[in-house]
Amino acid sequence: MTDLPTPSERFIQGILPENPVYRQLLGLCPTLAVTNGLKPALTMAVAVGVVLLSANIIISLIRNLLKPHLRIVVFTLTIATFVTIVDRLLAAYMYQMSKTLGPYIPLIIVNCIIICRCEVCASRQNVLAASADAVGQAIGFGLALTGIAVIREILGTGMIAGVQLMPTAWPSWVIMVLPPGAFLTFGLLLALVNWIDSTRSKNEGSGG
Amino acid sequence: MERALKRGSTGAADRLKNSNFAQAWLILVLALIFGAALAAVQVNLSGIIAANKLNETLERVPELVFGAAAAAGMTSQNASVDITPGTVTVRKDIKTSYYNLFRVTHEGKLAGWVVKAGGQGYADKIEIIIGLDPGADTITGLFVLQQKETPGLGNKITFPRWRNQFIRKKTSPPLVVTKGKSQASNAIDAVTGATISSRSVTGIVNRAIGDVKGRLTPATIRFYERQP
Repeated sequence: MTDLPTPSERFIQGILPENPVYRQLLGLCPTLAVTNGLKPALTMAVAVGVVLLSANIIISLIRNLLKPHLRIVVFTLTIATFVTIVDRLLAAYMYQMSKTLGPYIPLIIVNCIIICRCEVCASRQNVLAASADAVGQAIGFGLALTGIAVIREILGTGMIAGVQLMPTAWPSWVIMVLPPGAFLTFGLLLALVNWIDSTRSKNEGSGG
Repeated sequence: MERALKRGSTGAADRLKNSNFAQAWLILVLALIFGAALAAVQVNLSGIIAANKLNETLERVPELVFGAAAAAGMTSQNASVDITPGTVTVRKDIKTSYYNLFRVTHEGKLAGWVVKAGGQGYADKIEIIIGLDPGADTITGLFVLQQKETPGLGNKITFPRWRNQFIRKKTSPPLVVTKGKSQASNAIDAVTGATISSRSVTGIVNRAIGDVKGRLTPATIRFYERQP
């Protein structure tokens, strides 16, 4: 138990070293599906963050009561409850956005990031570590989504969050807001992250 | 005898401990708590969500009849615009269909109608509302309530630039979708790369108008009292 990461380590790890999207390659369904605009991407990131934090706190509080063979059921039950609450809240207070995101909010239930954090961190560590972990992972997820969304929206529509950014003569690359654009952008960003990582480790290797 | 009893009781305790219910007590308790929480959320929010859905349609009704600029002016002046929801029953041969509509009056005089209609689009059902003048001779506006057409192509049917070309179009002869600019008075310019979505919307408009035209009379419409 003593070699588990501390809360601050958990927090930092989620943002970049163990980024849920670029490092763990989890939660790719919303990553590809809702990143054709900055607004839906941010809403999705916040929704996932809220569910992740709530689920991590609950699971961490009851971690000593969990039976190994029934833990996944408890995780899913908890996650599904918070996703439903978030879904209803969006429909009540952000009706247009809830229509834009459509089925992808209910689909957070099967988002592997959350169940992964429940399993890896919340079911083993105290509430502080679990919360720090949730916030860090949520920020990492948000950064990943925002990065893809900004590139896709600017190139695909010439706008950012609905505000014209590029000169109006910009020929919008329609493919960028279509599904192939999501794969292209994500693939290139993933390659970039890996390339930066490998050059950095090479430099460290030659330095040491 | 005593030993046997003892063994029996520990056996029962073990059975209880290993029974499915005892193992699942946490899940059962959590399910109850979460169920109660969800019920509370539903009780508190279902009214707001239902109102959101109705408002989305109602908010659009004035601009579909009076035009966006005039409708904005009217709301700021608090003009006496009355919107009454109703249903029109259309019996054609053996088929009976229903259209939800809104009667719009301005200072007591009939200003126009807004008819809700839907049909199959390229990806999923498209739902629109159509504004008509009192005699249903001219289209005064069109708004897309629901669609899941291809982003970047078919979803342009929701853009004002495309849907505003329906404004001031006569309701007969039926509208026709054309590619490229056409001089015909009943021509609707298709969205580039989304001819099917354009045809769907135009088809929905033609069908709805064909059905309700001549039936916008008190005999065929049942009006509902509006909730205050």
